[in-house]
Amino acid sequence: MKILVCISNVPDTTTKIKFAGGNSSIDTTGVQWVINPWDELSLTRALELKDDAATGIKSVTVIHVGNAASEPTIRKALAIGADDGIRVNAESPDAWYVASQIAEVVKNDQFDIILCGIESSDYNGSVVGGMVAEFLGIPSVSAVSGINIENGQPVLTREIDGGKEIIALSAPFVAIVQKGIAKEPRIAAMRGIMMARSKPVKLIDPVAVEPLTLISVFEKPAPRTACKYIDADNAEQLIDLLQNEAKVI
Amino acid sequence: MSVLVYTENWDGKFKKLSFELVSYAAGVAKLLNTTVAAVSIGRVEENELKKLGNYGAVKIISVNNDQLVSLDSQAYASVISEISVKEGASVIVFANNNTGKAVAPRVSVRLKAGVGSGVSRLPLNVDPFTVYKRTYSGNAFAHVIIKSAVKIITLAQNSFDLIETANNATIEILNISVDPSLLKTSVKDVQKQSGKIVLTDADIVVSGGRGMKSADNWSPLIELATLLGAATACSRPVSDEGWRPHDEHTGQTGKIIAPNLYIAVGISGATQHLAGISSSKYIVAINSDKDAPVFEAAQYGIVGDAMKVLPKLVAAVKEIKK
Ligand SMILES: Cc1cc2nc3c(=O)[nH]c(=O)nc-3n(C[C@H](O)[C@H](O)[C@H](O)COP(=O)(O)OP(=O)(O)OC[C@H]3O[C@@H](n4cnc5c(N)ncnc54)[C@H](O)[C@@H]3O)c2cc1C
Repeated sequence: MKILVCISNVPDTTTKIKFAGGNSSIDTTGVQWVINPWDELSLTRALELKDDAATGIKSVTVIHVGNAASEPTIRKALAIGADDGIRVNAESPDAWYVASQIAEVVKNDQFDIILCGIESSDYNGSVVGGMVAEFLGIPSVSAVSGINIENGQPVLTREIDGGKEIIALSAPFVAIVQKGIAKEPRIAAMRGIMMARSKPVKLIDPVAVEPLTLISVFEKPAPRTACKYIDADNAEQLIDLLQNEAKVI
Repeated sequence: MSVLVYTENWDGKFKKLSFELVSYAAGVAKLLNTTVAAVSIGRVEENELKKLGNYGAVKIISVNNDQLVSLDSQAYASVISEISVKEGASVIVFANNNTGKAVAPRVSVRLKAGVGSGVSRLPLNVDPFTVYKRTYSGNAFAHVIIKSAVKIITLAQNSFDLIETANNATIEILNISVDPSLLKTSVKDVQKQSGKIVLTDADIVVSGGRGMKSADNWSPLIELATLLGAATACSRPVSDEGWRPHDEHTGQTGKIIAPNLYIAVGISGATQHLAGISSSKYIVAINSDKDAPVFEAAQYGIVGDAMKVLPKLVAAVKEIKK
């Protein structure tokens, strides 16, 4: 079985977000780009599955829709341990466009398990995985916190309100993963970094797709009112303020 | 033309989120001079269905089919898409929760409908149709133009107030059978904790960070939460350490919540933590370090030792509950 891990290239999670171009895009000066945290975890889980010979997972491929500037993120994924990479050479204007491109690649090159993160930390869209599955007409399971192969059969854990469900299904499918899928993201070792240089990254031209959404402008969140301090010795005053001023208890 | 809203049920009951969704859909319908049809999938009694009418649903479509007992996103998407075509829906509203995130993108592909997800306000404009959504994990908000004829919105939980209206709803029981080839997942087991307040539903959340020092120190925090009818939460290192269960982890890589009140105890306020809680209406910070960044996000702050402050708060809440 082959696993495809979808990777988004996002600003480091501590980035102070600033805008450019009349607030229509983010100012990328000085931004450190990283693998989206969820995707790093899903890659980690994919590699753990491959490490276990009993799963029958033969390869882990990463795919990214983006221009040449995001090449280092793909290399990083290869350094962590992915066997090869695919980059659809295009800016990614919206989720519809990205999902269309990924689905097109999968139509031409079969994968059994496709992993997507629950969201990318930039657009917080939470839609690419489900769209890819629907384009391909295959099942998708969202809110996945565990994935295993038991006797050749994929078994997923899905988070539900106040609990979990265990789900069985057959490949091919898309799993949209979240917390729990892997403990800690795997880190690239020196050897991995050396090896990544010679691993193949296939460059694919995008198919023509019209995006369905467009960001017209960004704005900063409304500033919070200044913090009102209550003396620790009179902490009980807080309860009075929450009850009578904020009226939330 | 109409606005369609998918209202999920939990063991046959709706919750506040369902009514927020209908209230929101009614607001969108008003902007578009049209009406709201709500879709419910699963076994929900008529008197429960009728409640959706209190928030502006004019038509309530109930699909109760043995094939749809558990969530299969492919099957659910096919049912909701079919209904929205039949109803001539121009906008479809989902919750931005696990179910909405599972189903909305699949409906999007079926109907070639652009999605605005994590929306927290009524559309800013109907032509071009522009929604207001959270981006960069709460560090920015975007005005997103949806260009397709049909638009999908997933609404952020607790971002829209309930609006009651006169109930004129009619209920339609719809028999739809799903093509078995679309039902490819099977739920083998369900493990549910009962009695615990679901974090994403809670109006009040009391959350502890590494400043709580050890798993043994949680009892005053839990006592405060219990007295307030609040859910308990924690920062990532706390769940990593195993001091608290993983399902309490809030933040960028944990749960994203928007309660009316979030009390952060011994939490420094790292951006990744704030990413999960910044939409809370009020944030209270209790921290021994006066320079902790969490105070910048908070409306009320107490600089002090959690172990000294929490018992005082517990006593004060007991006092007002008398
Ligand atoms: C990709 C990525 C994703 C992440 N995702 C998340 C996430 O989803 N959620 C999350 O929480 N973190 C996340 N983190 C981690 C985050 O960066 C912080 O490390 C974490 O939030 C800190 O947790 P904390 O506030 O509990 O601990 P600390 O930062 O250690 O803060 C403890 C606080 O307690 C205070 N304190 C100490 N003693 C006392 C006392 N006696 N009384 C009162 N206060 C006291 C201290 O002053 C300090 O401010 C992520 C990090 C990365 C890189």
